[in-house]
Amino acid sequence: MKTCLVVELGVVGYGPAWELQRRLAQARKAGAIGDVLLLCEHPHVVTLGRNGKPEHVRASERLLQQMGVEFHPTDRGGDVTYHGPGQLLGYPILNLAEIRRDVVWYVRQIEEALIRASADFGIEARREPGLTGVWVDRPSGEPEKLAAIGVHFSRWVSTHGFAYNVSTDLRYFDLIVPCGIRDKGVTSLERLLGRAVDVAEFRPRLVERFSEVFGFQMESVTPGELEERIEKQAAVMATN
Amino acid sequence: MAVDVVMPQMGESIFEGTITKWLKKPGDKVERDEPLFEISTDKVDAEIPAPASGTLSEIKVTEGQTVPIKTVVALIDSDGAGAAVAAAPAPAEKPAPAPAPAAPAPEPVAAVPAPVAPARSAPAAAPAAPAEARGRIRSSPLVRKMAREQQIDLAQVRGTGAGGRISKRDIEAFVAAGGVAAAPRPATPAAAPGAPAHVALEVAVPRERLYFGRYEVEPMSVMRQRIAEHMVASKRVSAHVYSVDEADVTKIVSLRGKLKDQFEAQTGTKLTFMPFFIRAAVEALRKYPTVNASIDGTNVVLHRDINVGIAVALDWGLIVPVVKGADEKNFLGLQRAVNDLAERARTKRLKPEEVQEGTFSITNPGVFGGLMGLPVINQPNVAILGLGTIQKRPVVIDDAIAIRSMVYLTLSYDHRVVDGAIAHQFLHHIKKTLEGWAEPIL
Repeated sequence: MKTCLVVELGVVGYGPAWELQRRLAQARKAGAIGDVLLLCEHPHVVTLGRNGKPEHVRASERLLQQMGVEFHPTDRGGDVTYHGPGQLLGYPILNLAEIRRDVVWYVRQIEEALIRASADFGIEARREPGLTGVWVDRPSGEPEKLAAIGVHFSRWVSTHGFAYNVSTDLRYFDLIVPCGIRDKGVTSLERLLGRAVDVAEFRPRLVERFSEVFGFQMESVTPGELEERIEKQAAVMATN
Repeated sequence: MAVDVVMPQMGESIFEGTITKWLKKPGDKVERDEPLFEISTDKVDAEIPAPASGTLSEIKVTEGQTVPIKTVVALIDSDGAGAAVAAAPAPAEKPAPAPAPAAPAPEPVAAVPAPVAPARSAPAAAPAAPAEARGRIRSSPLVRKMAREQQIDLAQVRGTGAGGRISKRDIEAFVAAGGVAAAPRPATPAAAPGAPAHVALEVAVPRERLYFGRYEVEPMSVMRQRIAEHMVASKRVSAHVYSVDEADVTKIVSLRGKLKDQFEAQTGTKLTFMPFFIRAAVEALRKYPTVNASIDGTNVVLHRDINVGIAVALDWGLIVPVVKGADEKNFLGLQRAVNDLAERARTKRLKPEEVQEGTFSITNPGVFGGLMGLPVINQPNVAILGLGTIQKRPVVIDDAIAIRSMVYLTLSYDHRVVDGAIAHQFLHHIKKTLEGWAEPIL
């Protein structure tokens, strides 16, 4: 069984997390490391995907500043989204060339892991035809988005990933048109369950379901250990 | 030797891809495995490496175009012999004009359907304020970096983003236009003009004319957005006409005055005027079923149920909970339903199904002292009754002037299905029910 490192970064800024992904993706492409799943939370940030429309950010720069929300253009697919405390970010750095060369399959697998992890909490989540992400039907039948997905590939190595609303303050989504979809709302696990739930409670379920869906043996390492491995590997490759 | 660069297949179920960006220009040297272009499918973006080293001799598929997999999108001259390609502009320090066939549209072509109504492009005629006249230039760090790299003065670039923000695309369009200040584009945002639910969020004038002096920008709440969308959609879909009548409600006012305390003591709920109006409307809806209807294309859906939506003003907006089966409730049942729905609307405890399946609506601008209001039809209804404030007025009765409690009744209706004759008879029926009130209320 293939091993995938899982690294919990805690609360980390969007910029530093992106920088780490970029270094890991370089190392992954070079074959210096294996597959990695980064898990973290971000402070309030609005990010705009490569094909995003700036007008989907409703709030002015000034208002974002006033509210302490960072603004960050990125190179992932998808439109605009919001990240903040209570939302679990998962950034898998996988080499699909060694798993399956199919980016749609990859996205569907991520959705599957999130759907199964939601089911562990008794929440029936599903896919919405034609859209990416994980959705839950309100009693009225309207779907609301529980998790967003946006990924980037460079030579079959993935960066970016998913954002799952565990206990996100959903009012921040009012600042944007989430993913450019105006007529559908967002929701969180906490709201669906009607009780307090935090990222730490959801994370182990997600890791297990991720491992199951991709057929990985997950190995938990600290951020420090991850750095050591990258450096050691770089040193080995430099001396070779 | 020319090597074909093809649109790769990024997955089993993927049969086409959109080129979002060329990372090299014709004439550029490329290394094998160096990122050459970027593609996008759904939420997935990917960088595609060059299949061979050499010179990029021709780009066949430009940015924004979607082509089937295996389509040849470019050619690489792998022996380097064709390095000086005639059509390719030499890389220069100044931004070169784009090759003729490649002039990139500011947005991917497929994403910009033509505006629904030609009239909506009218604001485009208004000239954009000169860039220098705007105070601060709104842009992102990415855009500023691009501008620095390409030595562009941002003051010369017209921003099309929110608040005149300059986007990456604006820079690209600026470069493509040879660095000349871009002509004003229609202010209509490109986002999904085909979807009627979104028209409310359009801006009617060029954005730069909105932002001046001192201001604060607040995002609309989700409820506010829904209201905006519903109202604009209703005005666009329905042929609104308005009729006005008035009713003498002296009898009802005195009845309520007399029984108010007893009613509350006996039933535990407050006695208001609303159930009188609901009852009168229900009677009229029974008599004129085309007012209790919806329109589906060329069909009229005549509802057998009479479910009356009551507009409730909230500090944060407006909601229309529905009294279901209003024709099957007695007076007390109507009053209880109205009080209960209004209370739960204000405390955010309405269930989603309680704001659905209305067949007719009533709104009460009179509660704020308004003499009359001309409301927007609450879709998918075809009519809405507006109640003015009840006030004493001098009225001529049998050639004498009397003081009576009067109320203006307005009906906004969809002329596609309800004609004026029906509307006035409908209002008159309500008036007669109110004036000749006979139903016991306790």
